[in-house]
Amino acid sequence: MMADLLNTLQQFFGPLWPVVWGLAKIIAIIAPLMIGVAYLTLAERKVIGFMQVRIGPNRVGYFGLLQPIADGVKLLFKEIILPTAANKFLFLLAPVLVFAPALAAWAVIPFDLELVLADIDAGLLYILAMTSVGVYGVIIAGWASNSKYAFLGSLRSAAQIVSYEIAMGFALVGVLMCANSLNLGQIVQGQAGGFWNWYFIPLFPLFIVYFISAVAETNRAPFDVAEGESEIVAGFHVEYSGMAFAVFFLAEYANMILVATLAATMFLGGWQPPLDIKPFTLLPGFLWLALKICVMLFFVIWLRATFPRYRYDQIMRLGWKVLIPVTLVWIVVIGAMMQTRWAYLFH
Amino acid sequence: MIFQDYVFYVLAAILVFAGLRVITARNPVHAALYLVLAFFTAAGIWLLLEAEFLAIALVMVYVGAVMVLFLFVVMMLDINLEQLRSNFRAAIAPALIVGGLIFAEMVMILGGKKFGELTPTVHGADYSNTAALGELLYTDYVLPFEIAAVVLLVAIVAAIALTLRRRANAKRIDPADQIRVKRADRIRMVNMPVEKDAPAEGEPT
Repeated sequence: MMADLLNTLQQFFGPLWPVVWGLAKIIAIIAPLMIGVAYLTLAERKVIGFMQVRIGPNRVGYFGLLQPIADGVKLLFKEIILPTAANKFLFLLAPVLVFAPALAAWAVIPFDLELVLADIDAGLLYILAMTSVGVYGVIIAGWASNSKYAFLGSLRSAAQIVSYEIAMGFALVGVLMCANSLNLGQIVQGQAGGFWNWYFIPLFPLFIVYFISAVAETNRAPFDVAEGESEIVAGFHVEYSGMAFAVFFLAEYANMILVATLAATMFLGGWQPPLDIKPFTLLPGFLWLALKICVMLFFVIWLRATFPRYRYDQIMRLGWKVLIPVTLVWIVVIGAMMQTRWAYLFH
Repeated sequence: MIFQDYVFYVLAAILVFAGLRVITARNPVHAALYLVLAFFTAAGIWLLLEAEFLAIALVMVYVGAVMVLFLFVVMMLDINLEQLRSNFRAAIAPALIVGGLIFAEMVMILGGKKFGELTPTVHGADYSNTAALGELLYTDYVLPFEIAAVVLLVAIVAAIALTLRRRANAKRIDPADQIRVKRADRIRMVNMPVEKDAPAEGEPT
């Protein structure tokens, strides 16, 4: 039935079919992602609320479930204020530049066997490239606002993202050494067969390094000096209002989901069930992936509720003097172990 | 014309436009951003040539790291545009010579008979450009590759050594000391009774 429907549609659109089908697949990824972003904001407020023995939002809708929609509508109706001395074109381009890479990286994420938008060989490199482009939106936002606080925030953010990208990249080098492939689909399949085959066990130090640098990459607490409301008001987006401001927030949460997905894909077996036997395999792969993403996101929110903000020089020290040496040592360990008879531990 | 040709012409048009704007933009930050656009578009053209590793490496290294630092510097510097333009007349003659030489070299390479023969071999979908490049770099060309890496490392160390100035009055904190601090180093518990007995009658206070 589904094939018949697809055939009819294909004949209807004719030569335009590849474009239409591609767009449909993109929407099938982006739409759930946007809903996820909306409800992640609610989940964060609820989880932190409960951790601090508060109730969190509970006025709009049952259990506060309509709160994200109310917030979105409120921000849509607010005026976008352009500072007089701002560079108007770049000022409006910056939120787009932050948001677009966060969405573009989803093209190579495998949701199940064969269920991936673009099954490219250099998928891991593509993701690293896309996440490194995201820093431009932050820099441009800070510069185009023509404000001291915004510029300071963007400088901090850019330095932080560039530093932690290295640790993150090295952590992923360990994964590609184990999987022997840059294709995300093959990386997930390399972890088939049960949770003891997932890469977080042989690559545990890299997993921790990846998680810390992922939190730093997304400018989340305790690494949120780019916003640092107690020091530089709100950092790079201090001059933004209304929907332009909301786009920065959407991008931050979309990036959070992205790094959680990457952690799940690289280290926690992606869409693979934890045990390859009956009750676990009944659940479809993308639900397992979603479950793992939720666990990772819960950890990120938990971090925010637990730790005070790092000082800026401590952030730089942690990135360069602790995380990068740890990854370098573990890469050598993996390479050496692969030449011994314990190589099977590293697949 | 097949689809790839359309993509190429669109990308090439954007690339030429961005390249022109790099040298004609009045604002240095705009010029740097156009350079970013040029790198990004060039990466797209490399993708069309099936050089996916090089294309993504271009985005990662030049767009993601080098240009970020470049933008940093351009944004922090207080650049006087008038002063920058004042010696335009003096610089135009050497610039034209250098530009002409580069143009002649490009014509010699692209117009040469050999260039047409270098059509890239078309590979199947299972061919991994990255794996092939890695294999070549770490087997046949391992020595030149390692030497290049060492040269780069020496350059990095030299750059840091040349620019690092130790200030005599700098106040540094040793993080290890901070971590090693115990509660007893910072806090002294003092036992102070909340209430005192009232002084006895007639006794001087």
